[in-house]
Amino acid sequence: MHPARSVIIFTTLSGLGFGLLVWLGLGMPSPKGLVAFVFFTIAYLLAAGGLVASTFHLGHPERALRAFTQWRTSWLSREAVISVATLLVMAAYGAGLVFWDTRIVWLGWLGAALSLATVLATSMIYAQLKTVPRWNHWTTPALFLALSVAGGALLAGQLRFALPLLAVAGGVQVVAWMTGDKRFRGRGTSVATATGLGGMGDIRAFEPPHTGTNYLMREMVHVIGRKHASRLRMLSLLLGYGLPIALMMLPFNHWLALLAVIAHITGVFASRWLFFAEAEHVVGLYYGRK
Amino acid sequence: MTALPPTTDRKLGLVIDLDTCVGCHACVVACKGWNTENYGAPLSDQDAYGGAPSGTFLNRVHSYEVRPTTGTAKLVHFPKSCLHCDDAPCVTVCPTGASYKRSADGIVLVNEDACIGCGLCAWACPYGAREMDADAGVMKKCTLCVDRIYNENLPEVDREPACVRTCPAGARHFGDFADPDSNVSRLTEERGGFDLMPELGTKPVNKYLPPRERDRSEDIDILAPYLEPVTEDANGFLGWLERTLSKLPGGR
Repeated sequence: MHPARSVIIFTTLSGLGFGLLVWLGLGMPSPKGLVAFVFFTIAYLLAAGGLVASTFHLGHPERALRAFTQWRTSWLSREAVISVATLLVMAAYGAGLVFWDTRIVWLGWLGAALSLATVLATSMIYAQLKTVPRWNHWTTPALFLALSVAGGALLAGQLRFALPLLAVAGGVQVVAWMTGDKRFRGRGTSVATATGLGGMGDIRAFEPPHTGTNYLMREMVHVIGRKHASRLRMLSLLLGYGLPIALMMLPFNHWLALLAVIAHITGVFASRWLFFAEAEHVVGLYYGRK
Repeated sequence: MTALPPTTDRKLGLVIDLDTCVGCHACVVACKGWNTENYGAPLSDQDAYGGAPSGTFLNRVHSYEVRPTTGTAKLVHFPKSCLHCDDAPCVTVCPTGASYKRSADGIVLVNEDACIGCGLCAWACPYGAREMDADAGVMKKCTLCVDRIYNENLPEVDREPACVRTCPAGARHFGDFADPDSNVSRLTEERGGFDLMPELGTKPVNKYLPPRERDRSEDIDILAPYLEPVTEDANGFLGWLERTLSKLPGGR
């Protein structure tokens, strides 16, 4: 799949932002006044900033409000509805902390649950697609949720949770890569089932429908990004998981924490790039590739 | 609403005969022509006369080489457009309700005024039937020429999809699959029509007919035996040359 910059930025940053909101909602930490203002500003810049970035890839962003209507069937619509509900609930909760030094516990818990639901909805947009076997698996929501909660804990300064959660996320990441590499083949979709000609013999794409490229090939048969896959995987593991874990084991220091956050975000960007670049869409079979 | 109708009164769709398709691309051109001038935004082209032309098409013809275990390879031309699936995944993923399947005739359509151009429906379709128009920013797909098949301003003979009307080989057939006596139902029954990627559970309405076995006759060419090579062994000058060359280093 084509790794669109806006979507990579959106899923990475908003995942982190909603992860931070989970911890703020749980009262870990439970800041007040100006500190609370700073925490909530960071969370909202990440979460809402990501949502705004995601509208950049739309053909008609001015019609985005319509995306709130089809929550009964569409995960993308559910994501829109739940994310806005989360931001509203957490705004009320945050206002209590910032302006009135009051923590409305149930509102925080509701906001935390909605934050998790938002990340789940985002991941299900990808996990629901049978056409992309690599995504169509429980590891997709597991990875999105684990990264969001672990990264959120890191941002929230909850190091005793961040450390084990990052290790778990790293484990899910490795499982997602290893099982994902075999899933396309395992599903049994091939050029034989795509054309229905499998009973006649070996099938080779002989002539494409056109001499140039097209929307389908640019969007779904995008293979260029896979060139450095194994190196990017190592980089993502080291920066996104290994280095932050190592830094957290050192005596606490704000600069080291900042370095851990930056390394983590860079690693997650690499992971998210690969999430798209390595994903093979079945329509590629019609064009003689995956 | 992007929920799929539980059943549709009629199931309009196409039968595509892979045995008769000659790969002329006339259906591609007819489709592009009709659908650029009629329903919805035109099918735009980018850099049409330049070095890297690209454009929106609702119907494309691939060609595949099939190599059987015995005998010669066969070329199969393979037109592909929207299959108007009963369980269309492109419809349910749509966040705005722009995509829908009609309960009256089963045609899958896009309301272009409600489409935000997110592209998720194109991701959900296994067949590459949906293409985002780079100029209009909305999703385009086969309408089964909904503006022809019910159009009383057209002569009755023209009230079928442009691709079917134009096909010079008679490889495309249009009809109602809900009616067991329709032309398309009978063709599918008689010729063993099949689904594309049935394992994905999309339940396509359109069916494909497999290429027939080629006729084979042992004695059709009575002159062939006389054209067999008279001898495989060289003698005389050529024989000497062959033996001498074989003795050189690297010879056999």
